[in-house]
Amino acid sequence: MSAPAPAPRARGGVSRARVWSLVAVPLAVIVGSAVLGAAVILLSEPLIPGRQFDPLLWLTAYEAMIQGAIGDPQEWAALDFHSLVSTLVNTAPLVFGGLAVGFGFKAGLFNIGAQGQFLVGALGAVIVGVWLHDAPAPLAIAGATIAGMAFGAAWGFVPGFLKAFAGAHEVVSTIMMNYVAIQLLAALVSGPLKVPRSPQAITFDVGNAAFPVIPFLQPNGHLGILLALIAAVGVWWVLYRTTWGFEVRATGASPDASRYAGMRPRLITVATMTFSGMLAGLAGVCVLLGVTKSMTSSFGTTVGFDSIAVALLARSNPLAIVPAALLFGGMRAGAGLMQIQAEIPAELVDVIQAVILLALVTSPVIRRLLHADTRGSHGTETAASPAAEAAR
Amino acid sequence: MDVIPVINFLYGIPVLGLAFQLVGYLVAILPDNSPTIMVQATPLALAAMTGVICERSGVVNIGIEGTMLAAAFTAWVVGIAVNPIFGNPAPSDIFGITMPLLISLAAAVGVAVLISALHAWMSITLRADQIISGTIINIAAAGVTGYLDQLISKSSPVGAGEFAAFQPPQALVELPLVGWLLNMFLNLGPIAMSTVFLVIGLQVWLFWSRWGLRTRAVGEHPRAAETVGIDVIRLRYQNVMIGGAFAGLAGAFLSMEATNSFQIGMTIGRGFIALAAMIMGRWTPIGGFLSALLFAVFLEISQLIKIAPPTGDLGQVMTSVPAQLWDALPYLLTIVILAGAVGRSIPPAADGQPYEREAAA
Repeated sequence: MSAPAPAPRARGGVSRARVWSLVAVPLAVIVGSAVLGAAVILLSEPLIPGRQFDPLLWLTAYEAMIQGAIGDPQEWAALDFHSLVSTLVNTAPLVFGGLAVGFGFKAGLFNIGAQGQFLVGALGAVIVGVWLHDAPAPLAIAGATIAGMAFGAAWGFVPGFLKAFAGAHEVVSTIMMNYVAIQLLAALVSGPLKVPRSPQAITFDVGNAAFPVIPFLQPNGHLGILLALIAAVGVWWVLYRTTWGFEVRATGASPDASRYAGMRPRLITVATMTFSGMLAGLAGVCVLLGVTKSMTSSFGTTVGFDSIAVALLARSNPLAIVPAALLFGGMRAGAGLMQIQAEIPAELVDVIQAVILLALVTSPVIRRLLHADTRGSHGTETAASPAAEAAR
Repeated sequence: MDVIPVINFLYGIPVLGLAFQLVGYLVAILPDNSPTIMVQATPLALAAMTGVICERSGVVNIGIEGTMLAAAFTAWVVGIAVNPIFGNPAPSDIFGITMPLLISLAAAVGVAVLISALHAWMSITLRADQIISGTIINIAAAGVTGYLDQLISKSSPVGAGEFAAFQPPQALVELPLVGWLLNMFLNLGPIAMSTVFLVIGLQVWLFWSRWGLRTRAVGEHPRAAETVGIDVIRLRYQNVMIGGAFAGLAGAFLSMEATNSFQIGMTIGRGFIALAAMIMGRWTPIGGFLSALLFAVFLEISQLIKIAPPTGDLGQVMTSVPAQLWDALPYLLTIVILAGAVGRSIPPAADGQPYEREAAA
């Protein structure tokens, strides 16, 4: 059988080849995806009604997207960094979400339910945030944040428990939990949480529980950005510097070997999914307390799907998740301006994201590198190696 | 014989009476809506067939949802493009079939087969993680259809319409006891009506044909299958692509028969519910179909409760629950079934495991 789980690579002895594989491959994938995205724009041009064919529309689109994401020199000269800040605001929930999905991958679990955990996390934050809306700010923020974490954790616990003790595949059960979360949110926001006599299904504002704006990050760069960075380092610490983190990685590498070594894979599965759900819940907290500050029945973003892409692109490395999230955060932030200036739907980001994901899985080069990284066994495992074999 | 007092007595029992009222409500309302149940069941059943074919040959296909979505979109778009070429023909007498509809259907199935070939390539040839491969198909399908739909919907185009349901003779439908059942399987469009035959055919094919035996062998013990001369890789490719055709039918059904246009995310998790139906049906076509019917009943109940809630105590209980939570019912049921509430079921032994030929030493 296979050798014991390889020691973590993160500490010491970082070879040049390793750095190359970490940077070059994602870079190649991103550039390649941008080229394909341009091709998609060119091909979809005839579908835009009442517009002459413009062979350089893709350039206009990308220009607008980049400008929307980082601003332009004139703005910078005027010390106006609102575009960059909006990228950071879009990035923060993706860091949490990417950490959630990536942490699951490390234990061999595919938490595709980040979207549902995100939604109930926001739900928890809005319930407690509205309740504490005129409490002292630190108390209100802490209360709402903890509530969101708890809600997300609970939403992750259920599939984790069912996976460990009833054999329900976490991919399908987490997706089902996503749909349940959508309906639960709609029911609560148009029911008990709704502002009475409001024509629209909307909750009260969270008041003092809202994340404060960081002074350097005007106009809207909120506390969640800082929390996301802390979380990335924290998750790295948990994974590579604690016993539990080692057990998580060992279980992901080989459940059998870890059981022989005296670990309890089932408990680790439950704990991992709960922790992962908590991180995804924080993504929801981040959007709710930092951006929307109240909830409508259509609350929801693309954070769930984006998180999977972020985790895969960063190969589940908690520190690499930050730049990967920045990439998608930037695209999301710039997509609005692109839609206005080039009439290309903001959903182009979804297409580029899909291309990135396909490239990551299909490129044999990347596969070999990933394989070299994950384990020294018999070559059937790849990428983030969730538990297809240990699934049922 | 007078049953009314008996029923009233049963309904009046505290707590337990609610259960009797529920049975009474279902008996009263479900037969009237039997064709709708079959409409709900069709995409689930077809998608469950995709799962059965793929997993019986050892490939987990979690990308059914995305495949269906892409097929539904293709059917709609091709209809828009082709309909004017044929001069917007009027629906014919037989199921309302027109040439553009047939072309759309073929295109939808074709796209689904192509996407499945991609999944086969990633999971069989590249031996990528099959769950990730399927998930990427789901994400890609949602992204691409969402993007194109945004572009196309701007000019609010008109599609090729939809398949019409067959109208069974009134005398048949009004037969006592069996009328509603006949109505359920006859008052349908062509895709839904053929589903029953496809399911039976697949059952026979899987358990009584050479191909079926080989498929099961490849899913249980590919190494052994290869030693008797079966080309494992080739057979898995074929089966994943055949499975894709079923998912294509399921998707086309959504945008060509159940409705007449495409909506973003219109599969609403049916691809995953179908996987639960497949598991509940023990990886058999007929089992998967019956499970799909059960899910369809729950989907239908969650709709009917909003339209025609029961009267009496039961009605009060049911309408006090927000409508959105009834919508969550089928998803909760899926989780319960996955958790093994219907007994532990055993998947094919080599399900989800990539196959590597032994090195020619």
